[in-house]
Amino acid sequence: MSRAALLVLADGRFPAGGHAHSGGAEAAVRAGRIDSAADLADFCRGRLHTAGLVAAAFAAAAALGADPVELDAAADARTPSPALRAAARKLGRQLMRAARATWPSDELDALARAFPKGAHQPVVLGLAARAAGLGGEDAAHCAAYESVSGPASATVRLLSLDPFDATGVLARLAPELDLVVDRAVAAARLALTEGTDALPAASAPLLEIGAEAHAARPMRLFAS
Amino acid sequence: MTRAGVRATARIVARADGRGATALPVLDGEGPLAPRRTRGESGEARVLLVGAMSGPLGGDRFTVEAEAEKGARLRVGSAAATIALPGQAKEEAHYDVLLRVADDGELHWLPEPLISVAGSDLRVRTRVELAAGARLVLREEQVLGRAGEEPGRLTSRLSVRIAGRAVLDQELACGPGAPGGWDGPAVLGGQRAAGQLIVVRPEFAAEPVRARMLGEGAAVLPLPGPAAAVTAVAPDGLRLRRVLDEALALLR
Repeated sequence: MSRAALLVLADGRFPAGGHAHSGGAEAAVRAGRIDSAADLADFCRGRLHTAGLVAAAFAAAAALGADPVELDAAADARTPSPALRAAARKLGRQLMRAARATWPSDELDALARAFPKGAHQPVVLGLAARAAGLGGEDAAHCAAYESVSGPASATVRLLSLDPFDATGVLARLAPELDLVVDRAVAAARLALTEGTDALPAASAPLLEIGAEAHAARPMRLFAS
Repeated sequence: MTRAGVRATARIVARADGRGATALPVLDGEGPLAPRRTRGESGEARVLLVGAMSGPLGGDRFTVEAEAEKGARLRVGSAAATIALPGQAKEEAHYDVLLRVADDGELHWLPEPLISVAGSDLRVRTRVELAAGARLVLREEQVLGRAGEEPGRLTSRLSVRIAGRAVLDQELACGPGAPGGWDGPAVLGGQRAAGQLIVVRPEFAAEPVRARMLGEGAAVLPLPGPAAAVTAVAPDGLRLRRVLDEALALLR
């Protein structure tokens, strides 16, 4: 395993299209729910423990070798908002393209064939980590970090927030992020023997509702 | 009064009687869970869950199982809100609900809200198993604390399967001790009531429900299957019920 591969996969400049999405931050800013660095911290903490935990567990399970088709169906059930399902598949398709070019693998090819319109992004992320020779914990770290780094950098643009404040939010969340990764990996290991019901289903009503409000809005800076 | 955790199970089975009505061959309860048959519309069996004791309290474990067999029509409500209370035991309480509907069967599961009282700790697990031709209307409402009070800890997971395929799996965790950010702008944003309405109908396969907003705090969400969910948050239980009623009228 190469630790540098983890840096390549987790790099915000990895060409997987994530920069076009705000992880629900734009909807929350427009609704007046994020107006400061403190609000951003609260938002990121809530997203980390819900969507972030679920994404991390799915990425870890895929990296550990769980059936990606079953994982994709379980991810669908955990994403009631059709706007969020569409965003997750679009991001999955873009990540798939970058990952196949970077770490060619039969497993990635097979998943791309099974889901021509894209599989859920965390499932693709887990398989990409696997193709890069990384483990479940690495994949979970990537997914958990992405769940908060996207909203943080989007909020810098949306609110003209001081980038130092946004980075400070992420740094202070790091210990919690490690705990979320531990929970995610434990659930992913359990899912290998007990099936996808063992994976977390933590939900955030305002992320789901906000995603639909955002999708219905004609003018927006971010896709989701 | 001191009591160790109470274990109680209620079971309801609805069966088409072959003459256009629905019979209840099983209608059992114990302790705090008392199901009573009440007058229903023609063709359906209507059951009211009457709380014969308060609770669940810490350490209690309640289970309710309801089943609508092929062609049966069952409607279940409750006489009052379920109130999660702190117990003498410091343990959490559990409330498990298992709902099954066979082909051509119909279940309306419309209990009154669950109120999570300060100091309580309740885990709710609702599993719904539907056949491909089953119909369902399910409402779930959580109110965080009595008026002006801090909530207790509540974790509620709801999963719905149609013909073995998961179409919904969601868990809401809130209250003191829940993972951080539950009251923040990503999850509940300071709102004190959250709820879901699930409608499953085979006709949705051909005519899917369209996603739409219902005001600021609720959205109609077509699920990956012949089903739709309405997810809503509101400042209180009354306003939550209003938006879920509006949603139900839309999806009828």
